[in-house]
Amino acid sequence: MKISRRGFLGAAGTGTLGGVISLFGVPKSVKAAEIPEIKTVQTTESTTICPFCGVGCGLIVSAREGKVINIEGDPDHPINEGSLCSKGMALYQLAVNERRLNKVKYRAPGSPEWEEKSWDWALTEIAKRVKKTRDATFVAKEDGKIVNRTNGIACLGGAALDNEECYLYSKFARSLGVTYLEHQARI
Amino acid sequence: MTNHWIDIINADVAMVMGSNIVENHPIASKWLTRAKERGAVIINCDPRYTRTSSFADIYCKFRSGTDIAFVNGIINYALENDFINKDYVLDYTNASFLISEKYSFNDGLFSGYNNDTRAYDKTNWAYELDGSGLPKKDLSLQHPRSVFQLMKKHFKRYDIDTVCIITGAPRDIYEKVCRTYTSTWAKNRVATWLYAMGTTQHTHGTQNIRSYSILQLLLGNVGLAGGGINALRGESNVQGSTDMGLLFHLLPGYLASPTKADQTLEDYKKNNTPKTNDPKSANWWGNYPKYITSLLKAFYGNNATPENDFGFNYLPKRSADYSHISLFETMYSGKIKGLFLFGQNPAVGGPNTNKERKALDKLEWMVAVDIFETDTSVFWKRPGVNPADNQTEVFLLPACSSIEKEGSVSNSGRWVQWRYKAVEPIGESRSDLWILDALHKAVKKEYAKDGIYREPILNLSWNYGNGDEIDFHKEPDVHFVAREINGGFVQNKEVMILKDLKSFKKGDQAPSFAALQDDGSTSCGSWIYCGSYPGHIPEKNNMARRKKKDAINNIGLYPEWAWCWPVNRRIIYNRAAVDLQGKPLDPKRWVIRWNENTQKWEGDVPDGPWPPNDKYPFIMKPDGHAWLFAPNLNDGPLPEHYEPLESPVDNYLSSQQVNPAIKLWYKVNPEGNPIGDATKYPIIGTTYRVSEHWQAGAMTRNIPWLAELVPDVFVELGYELANQKSIKNGDRVVVETARGSMDAYALVTRRFQPFHLNGKVVHEVGIIWHFGYSGLARGDSANLLTSHIGDANTMIPEYKAFLCDVNRKEGGAV
Repeated sequence: MKISRRGFLGAAGTGTLGGVISLFGVPKSVKAAEIPEIKTVQTTESTTICPFCGVGCGLIVSAREGKVINIEGDPDHPINEGSLCSKGMALYQLAVNERRLNKVKYRAPGSPEWEEKSWDWALTEIAKRVKKTRDATFVAKEDGKIVNRTNGIACLGGAALDNEECYLYSKFARSLGVTYLEHQARI
Repeated sequence: MTNHWIDIINADVAMVMGSNIVENHPIASKWLTRAKERGAVIINCDPRYTRTSSFADIYCKFRSGTDIAFVNGIINYALENDFINKDYVLDYTNASFLISEKYSFNDGLFSGYNNDTRAYDKTNWAYELDGSGLPKKDLSLQHPRSVFQLMKKHFKRYDIDTVCIITGAPRDIYEKVCRTYTSTWAKNRVATWLYAMGTTQHTHGTQNIRSYSILQLLLGNVGLAGGGINALRGESNVQGSTDMGLLFHLLPGYLASPTKADQTLEDYKKNNTPKTNDPKSANWWGNYPKYITSLLKAFYGNNATPENDFGFNYLPKRSADYSHISLFETMYSGKIKGLFLFGQNPAVGGPNTNKERKALDKLEWMVAVDIFETDTSVFWKRPGVNPADNQTEVFLLPACSSIEKEGSVSNSGRWVQWRYKAVEPIGESRSDLWILDALHKAVKKEYAKDGIYREPILNLSWNYGNGDEIDFHKEPDVHFVAREINGGFVQNKEVMILKDLKSFKKGDQAPSFAALQDDGSTSCGSWIYCGSYPGHIPEKNNMARRKKKDAINNIGLYPEWAWCWPVNRRIIYNRAAVDLQGKPLDPKRWVIRWNENTQKWEGDVPDGPWPPNDKYPFIMKPDGHAWLFAPNLNDGPLPEHYEPLESPVDNYLSSQQVNPAIKLWYKVNPEGNPIGDATKYPIIGTTYRVSEHWQAGAMTRNIPWLAELVPDVFVELGYELANQKSIKNGDRVVVETARGSMDAYALVTRRFQPFHLNGKVVHEVGIIWHFGYSGLARGDSANLLTSHIGDANTMIPEYKAFLCDVNRKEGGAV
């Protein structure tokens, strides 16, 4: 059976999991002269969903030795059938982009610049700010009625997060008593 | 969306209004093309001739902010010509219900209006009930107080001439739109309605959608393949973030967040659980107590007990409006000290950004979690601000990208799809899941010794498989979280599901929300996601399914591709797609049908398992019928035309210039909220997007390929206006409103044409709103121009219609 790359993915994809598939391509010894090596040879492929609009197009990410080398539309995806718009096509440059943040940064009051910090330091300091603000602005009762609300902290965002992250964000914010909880759906 | 992307192919007529689908959801327009190839007629109504217009068979222009007049006119056309699906209207909508004698409508106001509070007493619009508490009906639809007759009277005022005077739509084309769209009243024809932020971002956005819904119901187009009311959502998971309750008024699963009136769980249940005396009404929200109790069990685990009211009072209670505009007004007043931001960029995307940026200056601390520096996270060094004068501490936490983590996202069609981790997060970036987990653990540690009302933090159930300590190398297990959202049994329990008694053991995942209980025996993070992960192993993760076999009805449902809420139902309200015997209204693209032999439904998952006509189809409504007349809205039970807050013309229909129920922020908080008038700002302004950029630009303005494609901000204007103002294509211009001004390149096109409104010529311009001062591609933000004014029901800002002026920038020629 001739297994095209698409057919191979499709066959693998009929299971419950899309998952991760390793591709080994055509061995070099066979007709090496006639068949140019495809870019995605010897890569690990995994499926993903586009992070931009709400259409939910499928893409395939090819990685080699832990690095993304290519991202393209997933031909097996029933909505986009492999095609992508200009933003989806540019997902590779979102993944591989020297402008990405890769360190925790901190800006002190009045400072003109960022300082690099460790996660440990930042999480501890943030937790201190949260406690100070929460304890200072917490309203247990209003007009004699229980409200248990933290008026001094607001939370924004979520439409770019995964469902599981949104759920934890919702749970976390409410544990603090936050009612100023809003995100992109409102605007 | 009631339907989903692929389903667009099934339409005979597709209306795109309030959306530029080809530009902003480009791949979805593939299905519009397929529909067209099948012979469907595409109609596009928009103030500007867009990429979608170039796709359409009929393009009709109309002025920004006049959607209601435009669509009410189509409704009137349907009613006057009797182009309605009578059986559908009679059986499935509240057309025959009688309304209270207290209901009236006069000069733009419904009865019950209080001028001081700018609010209605909605009891004036209630149903008239019979002795057993059921709405009185007149099945002949002739009673003067029947919804149908009240509608005929209300919409009669929207004749074609009136509509064209208000909207500026060309009469001949408008008539063609009315004729074509209402042709789908026939049972073998169906139309879909596609809309987006062009609809919602108005002071009457909810009523815009109401007008679409009323029309779709009159034509019998809801529940059918190729039909429905379809909101095209603009972010990859804005559906899911809403499903998970990241809004002040909602808990996960669209449960109301508690208010001050809910002092106990009993109060909350009583205040939120609708009741019906009608045995034919499924009244699905009658299950409210099961969903809230299961949510509390998911939040507080073993610490949620009957003795402590399942931890109900751990939840904060609201007593005001805390929506986006209100949040920034409060921040501006200095009352909000700390702000968390997860991937949102309000310094560009918020309305009246001059004011919102100044509000950020008042913060003591900000925690911004993102994959790039955003305009918001560097607000302290924005143009015109000396960082030394800004005292806010900012923590910028590096998030990883979507391909460096695992989890699910929900698309506009409610499909919940699983994504895989392709590579490790770059540098020290982490997933938002890890960051949230670490934040909770750090805060909990801080509260270990002391603190005010610590219980909600200390008693939060939080076990995601990576221990109690923060460990940079240990991600929380996303499958643990997904299974908590799905929900399951926390004790052994026998449950009656339909007519079967089923036994569940402690630890079992729930198969569907029909298994959830109100006694604390079940836990569920978001009841509408129950069924997404009904087992313990990854093979039970329905969101990861990739089978491409279509269902028996071959209408593109792909029921085993991913999973769809609720209960994998791909087209909601589908019980309205069959007659009272369970036979499809449209046999050639049927959604569900009743099989007499098996006594079961076939096709899509039906809106409830009951046999045909055992229950009314609109199961989320307490009366089981779709609401042509909606007595629950803040600004009236029927849509009425009002002008946008800033408009160049007087309301042609009544002396109510603007929506009487909107909150007037410029009066409540005048500082930073000026309003302009047409003498100084005679041009209508609107905002829009381009395919190459995304929302507030934090991602796309940092991607070199996209930054190169659209490197700067422009304002689009028509030739006539450009000639008047001596503006040439490519000139630098200044756009100004009462709130702010911005520089932009002029893009002079034929796509904007002037509107002729009752003898007056009015121009409209549009600005792309993706730009800001940070990133690779920079430019002024269009939201410097927009205002703090919101819809009467949703508080969504009126970005899409304001007054401005446009002039050449001195020495600005390129």
